[in-house]
Amino acid sequence: MDLKFLDFEQPIAVLEAKIAELRHVEFDNKINISDALHQLEERSQALTESIFANLSDWQISQISRHPGRPYTLDYIDLIFTDFHELHGDRAYADDPAIICGLAKLDNQPVVIIGHQKGRDTKEKIYRNFGMPRPEGYRKALRVMKLAERFQLPIICLIDTPGAYPGIDAEERGQSEAIARNLFEMAKLKTPIICTIIGEGGSGGALAIGVGDRLIMLEYSTYSVISPEGCAAILWKSADKVQLAAEAMGITSDRVREQGFLDEVVREPLGGAHRDFKITATNLKEALANHLNALKHQDSHSLLEKRYQRIMSFGVFEETNK
Amino acid sequence: MSWFEKLRPSIIRTESSGKKTTVPEGLWAKCPSCNAILYNSELEKNGSVCPKCDHHMRISARMRLNLFLDENGREEIGKNVKPVDPLKFKDSKKYKDRVTQAQKQTKENDALIVMKGELIGQPIVAAAFDFNFMGGSMGSVVGEKFVRGVNKSLEFGVPFIVFTASGGARMQESLFSLFQMAKTSAALTKLSERGIPYISFMTDPTMGGVSASLAMLGDINVAEPNALIGFAGPRVIEQTVREKLPEGFQRSEFLQEHGAIDMIIHRRDIRTKLASILDMLMTNRGVYMPDTLNEEPVSPEVEDAG
Repeated sequence: MDLKFLDFEQPIAVLEAKIAELRHVEFDNKINISDALHQLEERSQALTESIFANLSDWQISQISRHPGRPYTLDYIDLIFTDFHELHGDRAYADDPAIICGLAKLDNQPVVIIGHQKGRDTKEKIYRNFGMPRPEGYRKALRVMKLAERFQLPIICLIDTPGAYPGIDAEERGQSEAIARNLFEMAKLKTPIICTIIGEGGSGGALAIGVGDRLIMLEYSTYSVISPEGCAAILWKSADKVQLAAEAMGITSDRVREQGFLDEVVREPLGGAHRDFKITATNLKEALANHLNALKHQDSHSLLEKRYQRIMSFGVFEETNK
Repeated sequence: MSWFEKLRPSIIRTESSGKKTTVPEGLWAKCPSCNAILYNSELEKNGSVCPKCDHHMRISARMRLNLFLDENGREEIGKNVKPVDPLKFKDSKKYKDRVTQAQKQTKENDALIVMKGELIGQPIVAAAFDFNFMGGSMGSVVGEKFVRGVNKSLEFGVPFIVFTASGGARMQESLFSLFQMAKTSAALTKLSERGIPYISFMTDPTMGGVSASLAMLGDINVAEPNALIGFAGPRVIEQTVREKLPEGFQRSEFLQEHGAIDMIIHRRDIRTKLASILDMLMTNRGVYMPDTLNEEPVSPEVEDAG
């Protein structure tokens, strides 16, 4: 397995390199060193466990952006069947940074909306690093309205550094596209389940993130601004990212403490990229459960509950003076 | 030091050598656009619009509503809603201290003021952002007061107008602030359902989370001349695309040209123009279509009869 290790995983990387080397030797010389191998593997496992038991918020943020992490298309492949991608906003273009389509989850038809990042350089550029332009959000809205028309539940998979900050995006109304989605999703007469699978980058994430349920994968993050951006603005120093990540409380545990989450979906040891299948299985179970719970609600009470949920966001105090 | 100061003999110069741009307190102001030295009381009479170059200066929320609403019948909404610090946020300074400082400086509790009042005799609800309060950033209090304004407007069936001036979401409240985008936008669906006009009036600057939620959702979107309005800040865009931004990029005129706003209104015309627009929007309300508020659910018999 060719794993890309993050800085803080270097001790694991060293061990894993040794293991790979030994396997090579074993293969070449047909000598039996399986005991030694086994021991090393156990050590690697233990090391990973100890490192992952004490991850800092900034380290989790790096895992949420891990280049090997499963993306929307991977989950579509592993969780759903009969996927038909739907393209274009019917006005300007098709934005590859957002994927929309019809699919089945355990034989139930659903609509999937998800950010999509690229794996290699070429695809990264094609997907614009998962940063949608206005046409991406407008495509998402068009397909969500289609879901409403045909009474299909919507599953949103969120994974973006943010909405694209570019000249063309501004010209075509990035703000309006995001705002429109927030407005429409609040009253869309069909269940919406939002899941953060990687990076929940601010308004660009929220624009497909208003719904009846909010789920986060264990090592995903959700924040109002990237730790880098926050550090640059509030600390005026790029190397204060760790402090910024911590202060904003962006990890699944911290977001749950703030009362916004319905569920945290567990990832395999070392993160989702270590085992796509386990992650997908866990996510599928969560999605199926929530979908089931929402299925039997009439649209009036669904919308009323969603509205009350949205209105409950925020903390303040009120005094008589 | 201004040219005027230099001309005066040093003995009667007001001591302001520390800060070059400082002019005698309260008497003169300098236009940030054309650098004209302006007599303060004259500037105030002109609604803080530079009489020389027409530059619309930023004004406080309270001054904004003072200029906009009729003098009689004003009632402030959510006056005592105050910010808390849910995350015990601390950067180079504590969030709490930043709030206290902003409150002292502006004499406001947070960055949004909401009032019920009248516009040339028409009852309305109006809200205004205060850019001096932490950059007009939207946190829980701003979101909550905005929603209360919407609710007041629903209660009385009167139009809702917001004057935005904001750098975006308030980072120190993290997701609590991000979700105010959803909260304010959701509340606006109720106005839309009831056919009650919502006018978004964008002033300099309107960026980020405020722009990408309540500001762009007006039945009518309006801006003051030359206001900076956009999603991403110009510096961020420049760093991303590594290009020089075109002249006038993200200014009101640019937005009108690209179809994002309905019109640009000069500050002196705001009252008369909006009153006229609102009057037209409200005239036939409920004439052709029954007000959904009063609409009784249609009974099955009636449906069958059709």
